[in-house]
Amino acid sequence: MDLNTVWFLLIWVLLAGYAVLDGFDLGVGVLHLFARDESERRTNAAAIGPFWDGNEVWLLTGGGALFAAFPIVYATVFSSFYLAFMLLLLALIFRAVSLEFRGQVDCPRWRRAWDLAFGLGSLAPALLVGVAMGNVLRGIPLEADGTAVVPFLSLLNPYALLIGVLTLVMFTMHGAAFLTIKTEGDLQQRMARWTQGAWVVFIILYLGAFAATFFAAPFLFEGVLSNPLFWVFLVLVFVAVVNIPIANRAKKFLRMFLASAAAIAGMMGLAAVCLFPRLVPSSLDPADSLTIYNASSTPRTLTVMLVIAVIGMPVVIGYSAYIYRVFSGKVVVTAEHY
Amino acid sequence: MELDPLFLSRLQFALTVGFHFLFPPLSIGLAWLVVIMEWRGWKRGDEDYVRAGKFFGKILGLTFAVGVATGIVMEFQFGTNWAQYSKFVGDIFGAPLAAEAIFAFFLESTFLGLYLFGRNRVSKQVHWFSALMVAVGSTLSAFWIIVANAWQQTPAGFEIRNGRAELTSFADAVFNASTWPRFLHTFDACLIAGAFLVAGISAYLVVKNNGAKVARRSLRLSLIFGLVVSLLALFPTGDWHAKQVARTQPEKFAAMEGLIDGQKRAPLAVFGIPVEEPPEMKMKIGVPGVLSLMAFGDMDAFVPGINDLRAEGHSTPPFIATFVSFHTMVGLGTLFILVFLLGVFLLYRKKLFETRWYLKLLPLMIPLPLIACEFGWIVAEVGRQPWVVYRVLKTQDAYSANVTGGEVLFSIIMFGVVYALLGVLYIYTLAKIVKRGPNPLEPAPADGGPTPSAKEAH
Repeated sequence: MDLNTVWFLLIWVLLAGYAVLDGFDLGVGVLHLFARDESERRTNAAAIGPFWDGNEVWLLTGGGALFAAFPIVYATVFSSFYLAFMLLLLALIFRAVSLEFRGQVDCPRWRRAWDLAFGLGSLAPALLVGVAMGNVLRGIPLEADGTAVVPFLSLLNPYALLIGVLTLVMFTMHGAAFLTIKTEGDLQQRMARWTQGAWVVFIILYLGAFAATFFAAPFLFEGVLSNPLFWVFLVLVFVAVVNIPIANRAKKFLRMFLASAAAIAGMMGLAAVCLFPRLVPSSLDPADSLTIYNASSTPRTLTVMLVIAVIGMPVVIGYSAYIYRVFSGKVVVTAEHY
Repeated sequence: MELDPLFLSRLQFALTVGFHFLFPPLSIGLAWLVVIMEWRGWKRGDEDYVRAGKFFGKILGLTFAVGVATGIVMEFQFGTNWAQYSKFVGDIFGAPLAAEAIFAFFLESTFLGLYLFGRNRVSKQVHWFSALMVAVGSTLSAFWIIVANAWQQTPAGFEIRNGRAELTSFADAVFNASTWPRFLHTFDACLIAGAFLVAGISAYLVVKNNGAKVARRSLRLSLIFGLVVSLLALFPTGDWHAKQVARTQPEKFAAMEGLIDGQKRAPLAVFGIPVEEPPEMKMKIGVPGVLSLMAFGDMDAFVPGINDLRAEGHSTPPFIATFVSFHTMVGLGTLFILVFLLGVFLLYRKKLFETRWYLKLLPLMIPLPLIACEFGWIVAEVGRQPWVVYRVLKTQDAYSANVTGGEVLFSIIMFGVVYALLGVLYIYTLAKIVKRGPNPLEPAPADGGPTPSAKEAH
């Protein structure tokens, strides 16, 4: 495996890590919009309070790593999706401050306003990262010189919107599954029902998206059917997705959450396998696609970054796991929470 | 009217970084002071320090959140607005940003969660450690972002190949000529900002007699801490940084110091009115030789002026902006030393808590170190123009050519409105926290915590 391939893998590990981890707290944010009373909202906030900030760092790290390893992709995609990224940033700004502001002033209207900001600030990124993913999968109009001009409205094509809604529903399911672990009683049962409902919609959308991909981006499937990894991820997604309602019925909520996490990771794996060795396909001419070779940094930089990742990421995973353990179990709302 | 995407992208960058840069200095400085408070609370079993730590920890959480929110923009903005720059320098510039995320963002974000919510879940030792990791993480974050900026100022460890800057030595790129003086001076400025925030809020609480026992502790601590760090800003960090600029960026140095024509025994400008073009200093009063001494450690050393550098074919930065920003920063830095010196003197004479005017002055000081930080940043960035990477890439060749002026105008208006709102909300919320004051340690339902019935519901 060459360095460029290693970095392709690492970028996708970071993106999958983001989807699995921030996925659940974005989902909790979406569910926050439907919370019934103040105690439920406090529970939502307390459930993700210690985690969401660290989870979001996976996205920042993905962005930084993309800049370092594949600067051409970083520059091209981010500038081509300009307005979409600005809206994403707007949502992330409000989301990042809303829980903190919410908890510091004791006034119902103030809290309601921040609840709304938190909910919409979670819903929009869930949708937008899906739309971005959809556009990357179907390819953007890359010229031979590696630049692209993409009008904002063309980002909102049916295929990308389908992937966007799929992502939103998937994260909502994942968030509900997370809350079943953190809550008890009525709320827990309601979250189990949310997981079930979202799962049904998710299945329909996922099958639809899978079929749509054959039409929107047939090139993604060229040659991958003979790749064993494709089948490994497909089986993983299948087993994980089937396990969600089974675990739900058996009230094995941790297992349900892990199944949901595995499904998301598996889907990211599928996308990665289909794209490889491309990072961003060109919709004009396949030869102009940005790949792990024509968009990468030099071997020296890739090596240095690999050393940084190999030293840093195990430590990150170690203390993150510790924090999850410290805050494991049901949510107890105390004065220290938001 | 044709909207110029280059100008608008520069404006947006200045706006978003300028606003973001108000918060990290506060959170870095505050984090280290909280580490000291929590340490004393834990080691001495001093309840007042624990309360101080808890109180300022809340402010840290708030400040940190706004810093994160505005910082996210920075991680993506190089790609969205500076695509040509990102392609040209990506082989070098991306690495410190990725290292910042891996070594710093994860650390500070993860342990902040443990610090804010874990007080009753882990031992005192581990809880203190979590505060320490927040401080270390935020400092490492400052280090890596300054590595990236320092490389723009004094680039090293690269070669121009294949139409871009390619890395030849990571160590040389990271530890380039301005990394250490720039980092230490900026880090010290963060500590000053934190010291004034704690001092200002504590003085307010003492005057209002709200949690005054706690506030006296934090006031005393912040004044002594503030005196030390405000002296360090002048010497050695400021002095070192100035010497480095004189050696490695003479155009910036000449503009900073208002030296039009180079000379031996160059004078240090004490007063003068800068004129932009042709560059001139009106009514200049200077102390002969001091600038030469400061820059090169020798009264007789030759310091090149703006005109000499132009004659050699170098572009020089906007003169007035660089000169005025630099002198405002230096003036404020001097004021900080005097204010802290007076505070420590009053403390020593045991008159601090009776000197009402001084206590009332301190809250007004809170914004000043942030203004000094902003001006320091302007000196660094404007003083580097017209280069985005000094003597390697011009700013005018760095922006995203595929983004339209209209799109950038839209995002500027969006950020302008949102940041104005965030600024107002931050101050409002900060004021609410301060007015509530440090709480007694036993759970107090009145401070926005759950009522006992809500607690039982879970």
